[in-house]
Amino acid sequence: MTYEKRHDQRRPEETRVIEAKAGVIPNADGSAYFKIGNTVAYAAVYGPRDLHPKFMQDPSKGVLRCNYNMMPFSGMGDRVRPGANRRSKEISMVTEKAILPVIDLSDYPNAVVDVFIELPQTDAGSRCAGICAASIALADAGLSMKDLVSAVSVGKVDKMIVVDLDYEEEAYDDGPVADVPIAYISATDEISLLQMDGEITKEELMKGIEMGKKACLKINEIQKKALKDRFNNPNGDHNEQ
Amino acid sequence: MVITMNNEFKNHIIQALDMNVRSDGRKLDEFREISVTTDVSKTAEGSAIVKVGDTVVIAGVKLDIGAPFPDRPDEGAIMVNVELLPLSNPDFEPGPPSIEAIELARVVDRGIRESRAIDVKKLAIKKGEKCWLAQIDICTINDAGSLLDASALATIAALKNTRFPAYENEEIDYKNKTDKTLELEKIPVSVTVFKIGKNYLVDPLKEEEKNYDARLTVALTEDNTLCALQKGGELPLTTDDISRMIDIASEKAAEIRKYI
Repeated sequence: MTYEKRHDQRRPEETRVIEAKAGVIPNADGSAYFKIGNTVAYAAVYGPRDLHPKFMQDPSKGVLRCNYNMMPFSGMGDRVRPGANRRSKEISMVTEKAILPVIDLSDYPNAVVDVFIELPQTDAGSRCAGICAASIALADAGLSMKDLVSAVSVGKVDKMIVVDLDYEEEAYDDGPVADVPIAYISATDEISLLQMDGEITKEELMKGIEMGKKACLKINEIQKKALKDRFNNPNGDHNEQ
Repeated sequence: MVITMNNEFKNHIIQALDMNVRSDGRKLDEFREISVTTDVSKTAEGSAIVKVGDTVVIAGVKLDIGAPFPDRPDEGAIMVNVELLPLSNPDFEPGPPSIEAIELARVVDRGIRESRAIDVKKLAIKKGEKCWLAQIDICTINDAGSLLDASALATIAALKNTRFPAYENEEIDYKNKTDKTLELEKIPVSVTVFKIGKNYLVDPLKEEEKNYDARLTVALTEDNTLCALQKGGELPLTTDDISRMIDIASEKAAEIRKYI
């Protein structure tokens, strides 16, 4: 049986329902909530603040430090053991690289901007949701940015090229699957995160990236709206569930 | 937000408390607004978000299958863990649990365990071989004081919300939750009473929490039986203090119980 129709009736280029909100964590200098389907990410920004240990400081500019973490009950299967693991460390690193091109930290030598990304529930696409939440939170913290980074996964399920794969599509086993998370900077038309696992031809990949860019433009609008809403309603409650 | 601590500030807090004044206008024995929302994480078997003022915690329950302890072959097990996430407070750092996180988890655990809220015999599957393991994780989203009481409330709300996943041919199917709930025999509620100067107060703000002299956490069941206690802080308590603090906790626990 070929995968011709998505199991949740979405069109190939259609993302799951997205919800975004800025300013959800009062203690943080900037924060955001980003939900895409059943994947939920919180991001909190603390800083610029002192960076210890000292040898990690950069005298020419501030350091961006991202920390991606799944809550222990947020996985599709067994409990995830708390604390960093190889996967979360890699995702933290690629998240930093995805965001660095848009952020200007030259005013903050020797300081650090910490971004903490936490996921209470996931259904694939968590690194992309984390990047979307992190960009909103950094803007909410008032840091200079030339754009909000938007991210989504694209890929192939059997013969169909689709946007925003969920867990069921990632786990499809009657045909080849490719999962390609991308982050897109719309202001400069550049890609700042690109990973892939699975099987895909170059033509299919390029088609997928074009679809992903279009989806990211829509996500970018939702991110901007979250920030605007924050300032239209600065004393709004912190209720996001 | 950085709160500086010094003796003048502490004296200021005490003087205000002596006149029944708190910086947010509450009475000494008054909680901030509490809200409990359950089923907030679809990947957990049970979950809840609790807000107490600006404090937000989320608790999630994962049910797994493991081997019973050799000395308790016909019982399942529960485990409570607290993650003081660096997202929730600028002073929290990533890494192994701090002593604060460990104490918090153990006090919440005792409230659940010693009240026998969960009949662990009902978690047995095959004597000496297989049992259910209820793993409760509490994650802090925003720490604006009173994490312990909020965590205990989130835990009991999440446990009450828990549904067993389908279990067939010795395999758990986490995607399919059954209607079978985790039956709670008792509903323990924890209230921490703080002593600052000669004043007792509940639900402290961060500034009060950083300046207290002593605290007493009291977990109580519906019939006002005490099921766990934990004294904290640098100064000792008199028996009169203890008696009065338990009375306050008992009165407040009855109010909080309405949210579950």
